[in-house]
Amino acid sequence: MSWNKKDLLDIESLTPGEITTVLDTARAFKAVGERAIKKVPALRGKTVVNLFVEPSTRTRISFELAEQRLSADIINFSAEASSFKKGETLKDTALNLQALNADFIVIRHSASGAPHFLARTLSARIINGGDGAHEHPTQALLDAFTIRERKRKIEGLNVTILGDILYSRVARSNIWALTKLGAKVTLCGPSTLVPKTFEQMDCRVTYSVDEALREADVIYLLRIQHERQRKTMFPGIGEYTSLFGLNKARLAKTKPDALIMHPGPINRGVEIDSEIADSDRSLILEQVTNGLAVRMAVLFLLNGGKGPHEVA
Amino acid sequence: MPEAIVIMDASAIGRALARIAHEIAERNEVSAEVALVGIPVGGDILAARLGKFLEDIWKHPVPVGILDVSMHRDDLDRRAAPKVYPTVMPFDVNGKTIVLVDDVLFSGRTTRAAMDALNDFGRPKKIQLAVLVDRGHRELPIRADFVGKNVPTAADEKISVHVGTKDEVVLERK
Repeated sequence: MSWNKKDLLDIESLTPGEITTVLDTARAFKAVGERAIKKVPALRGKTVVNLFVEPSTRTRISFELAEQRLSADIINFSAEASSFKKGETLKDTALNLQALNADFIVIRHSASGAPHFLARTLSARIINGGDGAHEHPTQALLDAFTIRERKRKIEGLNVTILGDILYSRVARSNIWALTKLGAKVTLCGPSTLVPKTFEQMDCRVTYSVDEALREADVIYLLRIQHERQRKTMFPGIGEYTSLFGLNKARLAKTKPDALIMHPGPINRGVEIDSEIADSDRSLILEQVTNGLAVRMAVLFLLNGGKGPHEVA
Repeated sequence: MPEAIVIMDASAIGRALARIAHEIAERNEVSAEVALVGIPVGGDILAARLGKFLEDIWKHPVPVGILDVSMHRDDLDRRAAPKVYPTVMPFDVNGKTIVLVDDVLFSGRTTRAAMDALNDFGRPKKIQLAVLVDRGHRELPIRADFVGKNVPTAADEKISVHVGTKDEVVLERK
């Protein structure tokens, strides 16, 4: 049991012990979601601001529900309807939130490092809900939780991440989390989107899909992030699907117990065959369920004060 | 120099639990309504043992649950986040007489949290409290119905209940 961080900014700065603490805590919170009364008073009287400067549906809804289930008071702030449109800087917005005595700020921002900036500026606890192409720590934690729940371990597993790695914060956070927990990570996709430099993060890069999938225990698919690509990185969607999409022929050559994951939103018929997305081996909806438990666990752990662990 | 004194050994713990089980049986005429709920860490193991004793007395199985109370504590922002244990409640608490089982009764705040947490599962008919050690220093109007041993302590002393591998209760002085 080890947690004494004020903020959750990235996976890179977490120890394997801290990651495991979140996963263990999340297990208890998952059970809360299965009760008749799904609400606990752990964050009663605390104010959480959801500062989503970049559009988000699933992450925002997941955080919101997690906060409600912990009995927190919630303020939602979105880019479209906020003062950002009127030219206010992130710092000024943040200072305004501080003036309202916000205890937690969940921030999603298109600029990498925006959560780190807030954490340096404010006394509120900061949770990174995705910053640019940098990190998306709660996604990686819920993915690790899902893998561990299904496979009973993470150490020694072969995890293949397939798709747009270059523009993916999910990929970066997952590479950090999975390698810290002892998995062997393989990256695959079009060479323009999977640069060899990723090998510095202790993972393997290959451009052969069949080779990347053959030994995989977990196949993690990523969407093509059109919104982040400044220029054309490959000839077309049709070609991507035929070269890298997960179809039945490719799936037939994988391990029979290989699990299929995807952070969503999925593009059916592009990176994943529609039938595969709906099959037993797909954990896509389980990831959503587990995301709620993991986010409750993160809020719960960050809520802890400085005192000792022991209770009377 | 810290000093550690064993105040209950395995045999004393066993005898205390056997007596508590008889007291529970004496207090509760309708045995079918009684369920035990242990608070981890410690109380869950004690609840399971009390369940065995009661089973021998009543000649029928007694439901035993585990209730983690950390999400209902009132000191969550005053200390590092506590370790959260899985809650297992394999029966309907509505209409039951629930005997909460904890290892040590001290401030009473854990018991208060437990009563709150239990309410999330329904409305028990009654809630009773069984503890292995009552060390005093209550901060809330709470008392135990069944006590293994009363141990007068100083506030800075520590009581550790070990059950599982080697059973003993240790009093540590600073």
